[in-house]
Amino acid sequence: MIAVRNITKIYGDKKVVDSVDLDIPKGKIIAFIGSNGAGKSTLISMICRTLKKDDGEVYIDDKELKDWKSNELSKRLSILKQSNFLNIRLTVRELVSFGRFPYSKGRLNDEDIRHIDKALEYMGLKELQNRYLDELSGGQRQMAYIAMVIAQDTEYIFLDEPLNNLDMKHSVKIMKVLKRLVGELGKTIMVVIHDINFVSCYADYVVAMKDGKIIKQGDTCQIIQSGVLYDIYGMNIDVQNYCGKNICLYYS
Amino acid sequence: MNLKISNLLHRKLFWLIILIAASVYSLTLGVKDFSLLGLFTRNGEDIKLAIISRFPRLISILVTGASLSISGLIMQTITDNKFVSPSTAGTMEWSRFGVMIAIMFFGGEAKLFKMLIAFICSLFGTLIFMQILQTMKFKNAMIVPLVGMMLGNVISAITSFIAYRFDIIQNMSSWLQGNFSLVIKGRYELLYLGIPFLFIAYIYANKLTIAGMGESFSKSLGVNYKAIVLLGMVIVAVITSTVVVTVGSISFVGIIIPNIVSMMMGDNLRNSLPVTALFGALFLLICDMIGRVIIFPYEISISLIVSIVGSIMFLALLFRRKKKWSTS
Repeated sequence: MIAVRNITKIYGDKKVVDSVDLDIPKGKIIAFIGSNGAGKSTLISMICRTLKKDDGEVYIDDKELKDWKSNELSKRLSILKQSNFLNIRLTVRELVSFGRFPYSKGRLNDEDIRHIDKALEYMGLKELQNRYLDELSGGQRQMAYIAMVIAQDTEYIFLDEPLNNLDMKHSVKIMKVLKRLVGELGKTIMVVIHDINFVSCYADYVVAMKDGKIIKQGDTCQIIQSGVLYDIYGMNIDVQNYCGKNICLYYS
Repeated sequence: MNLKISNLLHRKLFWLIILIAASVYSLTLGVKDFSLLGLFTRNGEDIKLAIISRFPRLISILVTGASLSISGLIMQTITDNKFVSPSTAGTMEWSRFGVMIAIMFFGGEAKLFKMLIAFICSLFGTLIFMQILQTMKFKNAMIVPLVGMMLGNVISAITSFIAYRFDIIQNMSSWLQGNFSLVIKGRYELLYLGIPFLFIAYIYANKLTIAGMGESFSKSLGVNYKAIVLLGMVIVAVITSTVVVTVGSISFVGIIIPNIVSMMMGDNLRNSLPVTALFGALFLLICDMIGRVIIFPYEISISLIVSIVGSIMFLALLFRRKKKWSTS
């Protein structure tokens, strides 16, 4: 269980995240939505400790962040940030193997290798496992990063805009894998997504932010409604039910 | 057939054998008549020559080659830039600055002191370089080493200026160009100081690779990014300053060798670190042999040979990488 209390981040005199309280439900895909600059990425960066918070507390399984040992926490919680292009030349398998680092410290045992193989299979990367990352397409690379996170086998997974710059095929593939991770392995996945229709089709729970505050949260069907979306984005978004899914039309 | 050759080229053992063969051969190079057999038949002259001059020279070349290329590899990993090395990040210039300070205050003899001050200066200089990198918004692959070289040139200018002022420029010039012809017993042993640090680099190879993946990956995997980057810089500063103090500065080795190894086997330091050390040693040894043979019985300074061979290889690398960038 992740609980956030009164968390704040200040840049200059602007409160980018302003005393936010949040309880994150377990075993779900939780989507963070909102306009650019609403504070989504800043909020989840602080929760997953990649960014120092200026005030407030984050409790991971009833233990405050500062009381966690970094290595122990890396077995509970993994992070994948946006714009993660790596210059470093690693093969897909080497990258995924680094996901086991918190457990193995570099000496892979049989269990580690099993996790690595499973993660590669999960993402359908078996054939590409010996290719170098810089030889892959952006979509394949993103799949490899997610395989690494799967190999890390943490209960909580933070993904900051994992669909950024991906084509539809890879986007759908990734969202389906996330859904499977939640359904089959009981993971809790927190994800920042801009495409609201992906949120509508795949997320279980939505946290909506505006000006550094959470203005709405709830099950997906409660949030994906014209009136609520107007409050979040400040624009008229038509929501149509199509084959049992709520689809947002915001193109005109 | 082609496949067979490329397989062979990827074998570490193959390269190790070549290195050993080249090492043995290099022992026989020199003005004075020397026979390897003499070592076994206990010919006094031959043994003396080997111990005083030939072995020290060989060992110092091997250690220097390995040290410089590993320094380059570590720097390229932690800065995430393929063109950073002790000679393009100002580390060597800072090290020379330290040597100058040491000569000014303690005279030319106190080697360990020189080494210590050179280490402090090069670590300080590398830290400044990293600090500048962090504040840079656009980390263009070419801009980063340019900044390092500019910084290095400024320090170099300051070093020369002060050295002129205090009339120690002659003393200093021997540190400007790397040279193995002066290496004899009793003048190179400081190089050994760097060897334990090469092993430390290997022990931390995995963490250094993770640090090379960036701060957020490191955090996610529970690796203390800042501490590992600092450790990498300390290793680089120690081995660079041992080389500068004993041999002088040699450029290009730290860039070319790690890049070639990276193309062959990627950047997972666990695999590439030993090979980088081996290739670095071999490269420098071959350059040294060329320098000793071309105008025999005289010799051409190794830094000149390295610069010529190195700059050609560097250009080749540059074009290869560019081709790859434009196609990706």
